[in-house]
Amino acid sequence: MQLTVWTYEGPPHIGAMRIAASMRGVHCVLHAPQGDTYADLLFTMIARNGKRPPVTYTSFQARDLGGDTAGLVQKTLAETVERFRPQALLVGEACTAELIQDQPGALAEGMGFDIPVIALELPAYTRKENWGAAETFYTMVRALLRGRQAPQRQTSGRRPSANLLGPTSLGFRCRDDIVEVTKLLDSAGIDVNVVAPAGASPEDLLRLPEADFNVCLYPEIAHGACAWLERMFKQPTVKTVPIGVGATRDFLIEVGEVAGIDTGPAIAAAQTRLPWYSRSVDSTYLTAKRVFIFGDATHAVAAARIATEELGFDVVGIGTYSREFAREVRDAAARYGVDALITDDYLEVEAKVLELAPELVLGTQMERHIAKRVGIPCAVISAPIHVQDFPARYAPQMGFEGANVIFDTWVHPLMMGLEEHLVTMFREDIEFHDEAAPSHLGPAAKRQGGEQASTTTVAGAEGASANDAVVWDPEAEKELRKIPFFVRGKARRNTERFAQDRGVATITVETLYDAKAYFGR
Amino acid sequence: MSGDGVFPEAPGAAGCNELPVQRERGQRHVFCGLAGIVWLHRKIQDAFFLVIGSRTCAHLLQSAAGVMIFAEPRFATAVLQDRDLAGMADCNEELDRVVAELLARRPDIGTLFLVGSCPSEVIKLDLETAAERLSEAQQGRVRILAYTGSGIETTFTQGEDTCLTALAEQMPDLPAGERSLLVVGSLADIVEDQFNRLFEELGIGPVHYLPPRSAAELPPVGSGTLLLAAQPFVGETAAALIKRGATLIKAPYPFGIEGTRAWLGAAADAWGIDPARVDAVTAAPIARAERGLARYREQLEGKRIAFLPDSQLEIPLGRFLHRECGMQLVEIGVPYLDRRMMASELGLLPRDARLTEGQDLERQLDRIREERPDLTVCGLGLANPLEAEDLTTKWSIELIFTPVHGFDQAADLAELFARPLNRRRRLAI
Repeated sequence: MQLTVWTYEGPPHIGAMRIAASMRGVHCVLHAPQGDTYADLLFTMIARNGKRPPVTYTSFQARDLGGDTAGLVQKTLAETVERFRPQALLVGEACTAELIQDQPGALAEGMGFDIPVIALELPAYTRKENWGAAETFYTMVRALLRGRQAPQRQTSGRRPSANLLGPTSLGFRCRDDIVEVTKLLDSAGIDVNVVAPAGASPEDLLRLPEADFNVCLYPEIAHGACAWLERMFKQPTVKTVPIGVGATRDFLIEVGEVAGIDTGPAIAAAQTRLPWYSRSVDSTYLTAKRVFIFGDATHAVAAARIATEELGFDVVGIGTYSREFAREVRDAAARYGVDALITDDYLEVEAKVLELAPELVLGTQMERHIAKRVGIPCAVISAPIHVQDFPARYAPQMGFEGANVIFDTWVHPLMMGLEEHLVTMFREDIEFHDEAAPSHLGPAAKRQGGEQASTTTVAGAEGASANDAVVWDPEAEKELRKIPFFVRGKARRNTERFAQDRGVATITVETLYDAKAYFGR
Repeated sequence: MSGDGVFPEAPGAAGCNELPVQRERGQRHVFCGLAGIVWLHRKIQDAFFLVIGSRTCAHLLQSAAGVMIFAEPRFATAVLQDRDLAGMADCNEELDRVVAELLARRPDIGTLFLVGSCPSEVIKLDLETAAERLSEAQQGRVRILAYTGSGIETTFTQGEDTCLTALAEQMPDLPAGERSLLVVGSLADIVEDQFNRLFEELGIGPVHYLPPRSAAELPPVGSGTLLLAAQPFVGETAAALIKRGATLIKAPYPFGIEGTRAWLGAAADAWGIDPARVDAVTAAPIARAERGLARYREQLEGKRIAFLPDSQLEIPLGRFLHRECGMQLVEIGVPYLDRRMMASELGLLPRDARLTEGQDLERQLDRIREERPDLTVCGLGLANPLEAEDLTTKWSIELIFTPVHGFDQAADLAELFARPLNRRRRLAI
């Protein structure tokens, strides 16, 4: 058993639902008890879909368990196919059904439907949502395309074409990324053959082999399918994920190599504001801001590159809940000289944030809560998604426009340059106290938000004394209060460590400044 | 009351209890009982809820009501792993370890509920025995209780019923010869305070509430206890309290003016209070509530409403909207029909009301599409898709999370139904 407060990912059948809800002409039957229908609201409330996800649940109850639950599965399957007439049927089971072993996939395969029936294996007690989505997409692609011949692709007299693979319902900003990447490829003279799973029908999946190459936009979802297509149909995979200016340029270079065309002109013609905004002098205050990054692997790794190369931040910590992609995040962490935090335990992430006391957190909605509670600015970079991650406006993360969006999104929560200096200079100003939020967020905004902070979890961002043997002189304690809230914990710990190493029993104002000189900013 | 002339008036005769009900079986679009934790953990402030379940349970809890506003909430899930499913002895040891870990983290926990789920039920993990074992190990420091919120056993608000049933067994005895009124079912704190003032003016007391605001202060129960249900979904709890000697007061539920008046009247009658006193005490709040309600009655009168099965409040709310707001009832769907708990309500529904029990979702939606009610009350998963079909909806979960009981909330309750219609009228896009 694993004690869980919040969870970054749902169970794997939610991943299967995401694939079904992304596509057209697909229906999913889930063997699941009453109550599991809660998942519909992720699609209809959070993503504001106007349609229910194409999912039918068997809704078994305790009284069914002694009887014929397999019969209930068959009845549900028959009624679902009759009512919805899908082009392909996905059949899976949620956690409880896995325990009663009715084998709904095998039952469906035996019912003689005249449509492809795709039986899903979704081990609920070992795997999670993104794995379930990747597995479902891969299983469907394989089921529909197995045994087909690779088409003869014309090599001359036409624009190369690509499939965009991985965008799904409930994915982070997928809706707008598809538009942006399509534009980006078009600017380089490349057509999009099929986008999948988002918006695709089973018939569209049959056209996948016609493309010259695949773009693995969201590896968490599409890596398995891309690898299989590469093996079966000799379609190379473009692996660079175009998030950030540098990555978008690299993406176009890789696309050029794979498609055998020159993408140099497209790169040269690209319109992007991020580089100049970042070089302009009012961005100086961003220099070496200490940033902590946590999210799915793809967005976390991309964020780290943008943070360091494009905004001039220092990455003080990076982590992911995507265990399947731990290696990629560990590699990135090594590049920035930090240890990767690979965990799906929200409390562990919280402890890390408190320990590092970063000046900016780039995370998921979970980290937004951690950051809000302890008064650290935060921007959201990754799923799990929230209703705020479906903005009404066009707000991609990918491509050159995505980089512009990211610049605004990450910089907005921070104090503006001069304001930060004023706050530091006039600590005792009545409006510049610890609780005050950046002035552009409005006079009513409070750092602590309106939330109830737990009293027992942690001693707060400031951190308790690491060592009871070291005593703070009241004057030094008072001086410490003048250091901005979000770095005060670190200053306290550094000073205590400095004192301890030197055998200083009482920390005075002098010790505080000696430590400051020793550690630097 | 209102509603006469336009609609067949419901006679109060006992025969109406036999209102026919249509039973449906098929896909059910309701929360499981775990959803009750979302409000119970706020109501009972010294309790912690530990679900023994799967990742699905944890995901439901954080998705169900957007409750991620708490840094560390007073609930968590012990997520079963593959190796837990191998052998039972192992599972109990794991549970002991997780509980120890939790109690070390949260020394403030006074009462810990082990909440059963679908997987824990299916693998027959005996949480009651585990709770006894763990309680003993705690030597009175923490009270550990078990109840089920599983979807195979419970529907949405039934999770409160199973929770309160577990508490009922722990309640101290009411000394012989003493009497008290016990109000059962979660109420908003502000509503409790309003009712307390009314009970005091009526001369009824002491009055206790289940759930209490603190699990450490469980109310007593005994043969002198008069039981007044504030929510229609506390049938098992009522049965457990009756077993301990309590007497159930038959009354409709305190929604709207009529319901609240009858509810207080029934309590006063059982306590032996002169009906004239009830009239005197309730006259002013009733007059105020009537003034508040009038404007919403204007907006709701003649409008057609359908309830999809959800919280068990469908029957009393349908009664209120029909009799006090003049709405027409297209269909009242309930997850299950507890005739004892609904005895005083069913007689107040119009004789031609279409009452359905259980659910066959697609067929029910077909009926809604065909009949096109002006307002459909449904769960969160269905609301936007129905709106996209140009059907106005009211999310039912708001009816659980908003103070809606009593005289002073009668207008607020009506407003919850008037608001979607009002919004629909305003928007010109």
